[in-house]
Order: sequence, then C-alpha cells, then structure tokens
Amino acid sequence: MHQSNTHSPEVSFHHAPAGDEQVKKIIRTTVILSVITIIELALGFVIYFLHKSPDYSHSLVLFIKGVIVILSLAKAFYIVGVFMHLGDEVRNLIMTIVVPLLLFVWFIAAFLWDGDSWLNLRNTDAGHRPYPEKQIVAPKDAKKPGVE
Amino acid sequence: MATAATSDIKWWAGGRSPFNVEYGKLMMWYFLMSDAFTFGAFLISYGTIRFSQNYWPDPNHVFNAFPFAGHANLPLAFVSLMTFILIISSVTMVLAVHAGHHMDKKGVIKWMAWTIVGGIAFLGCQAWEWTHLITGHHPVLIDGVVQEIGTTVSRNPWGPEVPGMMHDGMQVTKTGPVAFGGYFFGITGFHGFHVASGVVINIIMLLMTLNGVFDRKGHYQMIEKAGLYWHFVDLVWVFVFLCFYLI
Repeated sequence: MHQSNTHSPEVSFHHAPAGDEQVKKIIRTTVILSVITIIELALGFVIYFLHKSPDYSHSLVLFIKGVIVILSLAKAFYIVGVFMHLGDEVRNLIMTIVVPLLLFVWFIAAFLWDGDSWLNLRNTDAGHRPYPEKQIVAPKDAKKPGVE
Repeated sequence: MATAATSDIKWWAGGRSPFNVEYGKLMMWYFLMSDAFTFGAFLISYGTIRFSQNYWPDPNHVFNAFPFAGHANLPLAFVSLMTFILIISSVTMVLAVHAGHHMDKKGVIKWMAWTIVGGIAFLGCQAWEWTHLITGHHPVLIDGVVQEIGTTVSRNPWGPEVPGMMHDGMQVTKTGPVAFGGYFFGITGFHGFHVASGVVINIIMLLMTLNGVFDRKGHYQMIEKAGLYWHFVDLVWVFVFLCFYLI
C-alpha cells in the first residue's frame, strides 16, 4: 500500500485506509448529511406552517430553530471529521484547530446579547419610556407586525 | 500501520513533524481556521442586527421562487437544490482525493471534473437567485406613494403589510430593514466568491493532473489541499443556509 507520504523522513503518516473501507465511509457520511439536510428542510416547513396557523407559539418555533442549529453543527462535524479527514490527523493538530474555535462561544453569546440590548434601547428611547408590550402575535401570512 | 503505534510516539522529541503533516497542508488548515472567523464575524454581525430589530423578513416569504415555475409559492425548494448540489460536489471531491491516495490518475480526473461541474452549477443557481431578488419588484408604500422596488443593498420591499392595501393584485407592504439586502448579498456574495475561486483552483488541479504533474511528483497531495478548501466552502454554506434560509 503506497499512498500519501511526502518524501520527508519527518512525516510518516499513512492515513488512507484500504480502498473499499474508505469508500464505504464516504458513502455512509453522504447518506447521513443528506438525511440531516432533509430533516432540516422538513423542520423549515413546520416553521412555515406554524407561522400560518392560528395557534402560533413563539417558544415552539424557537425550540424548532434550536433543533435546526444543532443539526447543522452535526453536519459541520461530519464534513470536518470525515470529508476533511481531521478525525484522522494527530491529536496535536486537531487541538490547534479546534481550541481557537472555542472563541466562537463568547463571540456569539456576546454579540447576540448586544443585539438584544440594542433592541431594548430602541424600544425604550434608551430608557426614557417603558418597554411597549412585546407584540408576538400570530403573523398573518408569515409576516410579523412591526412595532415601528 | 502507523496508527497502532501513534500513542507511543514522542511527537515533540525532535526529528519528526509534531503534527505529522506536510507544511502546505498545515498552512491550509490555519488559513481555513482564520477564514472561519471571517465568515463567523459576518454571520454574527448579521445576527446582532437581526436581534436588534423589531421586524425581520420571513425567509420563507422572500425565497419562495423556482426557475421556470412562474409565481408558484415554493418556499425552500430552490435553496434545497443548491444545498444538495454543494453536498454532492463535496462528495465527488472526497472521491478525487481518495483516488489520489491510490495514484489513480483516471479516477482523479473523473471526480475533479464532476466537482467542477457541481461548483459551476451552484454558481449558476446563485446568479439566478440574485437576479430574481434584484429584478423582482414588489409594491411598497414609501412616503405615502406606492412604488415598485426590488431587493438591493439599499432597498428592502419585505416589510410589514399595510392592512387592506392592494396594488395590481399584490399586497402593499412598508419597507423592511435596509440591512437585510446588505447582509444577504454581502455574505452570500463572499461565499460565492469562495466557490468561484474554488472552481478556478479545481480547474488548475485538473489541468495539472492531466499533464501528469502529480504522477511525476509521486503523490497527489495538492488535490488534498484543494479538497480541504472545497470542503470548507461546503461547510460555510451549511451555516449560510442555516442563518439566511432556515431560521
């Protein structure tokens, strides 16, 4: 089995498993990615019909959106781990890629929080008037009434 | 196989690469990590603005058209097609890398060609979608006058409905948040630019394969590096798809 060796004595990896096994893994991952995408689309349609239905529940829609986010993270895991072969690399390398990405945890939380604070300032004239009742009503024909 | 012995190897003792990869591939990984932060920053700023607005257009309402389907209401349909095109082109790319591991020149040529076809198909879809958004006019009440406007970086016809007001059989709306068009065209454009450069890189790789460059070198590592970039483009689309079309 001769494969992706560079011709340097310092690099000694062999991480291309025998042909059929690898092809099977690729096909399995393709199926997983397709199935997750189909589930995401189905959930997208559920949100679409919930928007139209009279018993629109804001928290239910938020919950479904949360599920879609988690499914997307699963897709990212499969693309990076299998298609990009990060899962087959040395632990040292995996950590130098994955650990810096933890910054995203702060990045997302801080900035969405900031957006929410901005909304609050907008609706209260920066604290000069009380917050108007949040109008989360069933939007007619998939549209939310504005508070503008 | 070396895998059985990996845990016993002293990676930092010198004489070997502690990451056990070739320099170019390692640098491609770090480039992609920094690119992930660029895309992340764009998407997070989009999220911040969206969180700060009382009203945001519903994607199922904005993206509901399909080529040659007229005015049929088909939410999510076209973008699903684009998503599947990109997933499949990612699969053909893995198969090209796999063929490269086995020094199978014909296999590399075949799968690289299919990957390029997938990339071009995706770009074609995006061009159609942009054209449709920019040129598709909707009646909007601006300063007391109904005007027909399309979606651009400075205009957004997808605002809240004006109750009971119709224009040529179409519901009249107010203008929506201006940021919508800017973020949509900015982020999908930046992603499309990555797809376009990926297609160019893949074409160069295909030509080098056809000329036997990698056979002479004795390995197909360049295909692996191009593959990393191409999968990253697919990975970014997962999140663009999530942020603009699904939620």
